[in-house]
Amino acid sequence: MSTSITGHSAVDELPGPDGREPLAGDAAGTGRLADRVFGGAATGAGLLVVALVALVGTFLIIQAVPALLNNNVNFLTSREWVPGGAEPRFGIVDLLWATVVSSVIAMLIAVPLGVAVALFITQYSPSWLARPAATVIDLLAAVPSIVYGFWGLNIAGQYVEPVAIFLQKTLGWLPFFESAGISAKSTLFFAGIILAIMILPIITAISREVFAQVPSTHKEGALALGATQWEMIRTAVLPFGKPGVISGAMLGLGRALGETLAVMILLSGLSDSAPWSWSIFNGGATFASKIALNAGEFDTPQKTGAYIAAGLVLFILTFIVNAIARVIIERRKAFIE
Amino acid sequence: MSTLTHVGSDATAARLDLSGKSSGRALKDRLARVLVWSAFVVACIPLVWILASTVIKGGHMLLSADWWTLSQNGITSRRVGGGAAHAIQGTLMQALVTAAMSVPIGVLTAIYLVEYGRGRLAKVVSFMVDILTGVPSIVAALFIYALWVTTFGFQRVPFAVTLALTLLMIPTIVRSTEEMLKLVPNELREASYALGVPKWKTIVSIVLPTAFSGIVTGILLGLARVMGETAPLIILGPYTKSMASNLFDGLMGTLPTMINQDRDQALEPALDRVWGASLTLILIVFVLNLLGRFLGRFSKVS
Repeated sequence: MSTSITGHSAVDELPGPDGREPLAGDAAGTGRLADRVFGGAATGAGLLVVALVALVGTFLIIQAVPALLNNNVNFLTSREWVPGGAEPRFGIVDLLWATVVSSVIAMLIAVPLGVAVALFITQYSPSWLARPAATVIDLLAAVPSIVYGFWGLNIAGQYVEPVAIFLQKTLGWLPFFESAGISAKSTLFFAGIILAIMILPIITAISREVFAQVPSTHKEGALALGATQWEMIRTAVLPFGKPGVISGAMLGLGRALGETLAVMILLSGLSDSAPWSWSIFNGGATFASKIALNAGEFDTPQKTGAYIAAGLVLFILTFIVNAIARVIIERRKAFIE
Repeated sequence: MSTLTHVGSDATAARLDLSGKSSGRALKDRLARVLVWSAFVVACIPLVWILASTVIKGGHMLLSADWWTLSQNGITSRRVGGGAAHAIQGTLMQALVTAAMSVPIGVLTAIYLVEYGRGRLAKVVSFMVDILTGVPSIVAALFIYALWVTTFGFQRVPFAVTLALTLLMIPTIVRSTEEMLKLVPNELREASYALGVPKWKTIVSIVLPTAFSGIVTGILLGLARVMGETAPLIILGPYTKSMASNLFDGLMGTLPTMINQDRDQALEPALDRVWGASLTLILIVFVLNLLGRFLGRFSKVS
């Protein structure tokens, strides 16, 4: 399969049919008072958004730093989480592990599934079904997180037990699949599955959008050369859509990292002295679920600061992941336009 | 596999008869088709399953008039009865206030991005909107907590929740409004300028009305998103069983916190109410969502 033939044609780099910049007429502002007020208000709103993001970062840092300075262990390398008391000790290793593992499991399931569903909607589905199908997938995103958690724990969770036991039996010799003696519905594994359902819509939506933009000349060219529909998709649609799929996956990852309620309800907490385990059948707490679980304990600045520090790490993580996704999308946009 | 079975459909037969290799390709094509179809079916299962579970377990709660008119005041987990009116009212009130704050900011930001913003600043604003889209709800809640409670020293009141929700709703509105404004044909703006209409008036009376239904769609979808958010409520808006309508004082019950309150209960009446609240919340969110999509079809631009 060669990516050089498709997705890189010179046609894409030409300007649109009318060959002009969109929205010319910027100079129409006449400098009269109402114009300046309205333009000022719009610019002000834009600046407010910038300020909000900056404020989120600043406030989290300001409140996290004192707590971090008081910390008796290394914040980045410790597994302990005792944020209160005279000698607070808290580190993020366990939280980071649970967050990353559950999100990775979610990605492993949701990315292939999401791409397949997007292919279904854009390439395979009969035309009457495409729109309802897209709506149904989008509605998955509308189900509140807490309902996913409650439903997962009480209804869907029981069906994951045999799957977990099967994996533990056949792959149990790998440290990742060891049994940790926790009910399957309270493990990182199942939390990852539920997260996969929750991030499926965003991955599907973005993949769908780019797949629909594949120039029909590419597709017809492939078909005219005798490609089957699948070969056409493999050589024309997928290479063209690759940046979109990657950025959709990153946006999904960003969402999975920060998802709170479903994970909080599902995961069973570990005791402070629990030994380290690589297993995906272990419990634990992610950044978000730890913060939410302990929302009632924000009584001293020290404790609050510790949780805010955890929130700050989560903010930075999602910031990076989302920024990467955006950079990929922007580069592709610049390429097409 | 015999070629005889394929005589019926000539297209496949022709492809299959070429050589052994071709039939392998056809098989792969067939396989891909089956896989893609089954992926769609698999993806539909969770939605159907969740809806079925909540309707079966909580549907009967919604049928009684009490559910829509009474609060949980004085009702213990053991007792049957009471309603979710306090939670429904709380959720709707907070959503309205959130919308009142985020719609002007969001729409104005979109206007800036499409009609005014050029160069560096516009790029920064656009990037920050994307970052705001990705801010996890728990981080937004922590930020408001750090601002409202630890810095200003106020109590945890429902208004603080709406501030956190506003933070989450702004980017949704900016993005959808931006898309709609971009779709408004430039000729409309130019015609207006040519008649001597100032820019602000062109935007207010030509561009915005043209994009109106699309903007409303975006607002409804944004509302649907924030109404289900629970993390800010857990951090900033503790639950109460009785009716409350003061945003600046005391507690206020909402549907997500009503679910959260009793989700660990083993007692039947309490669990029924959790399922009932779940179904009510899903219904409200879905109605908003589908209404938004429906309105979007009447868009003058598309």
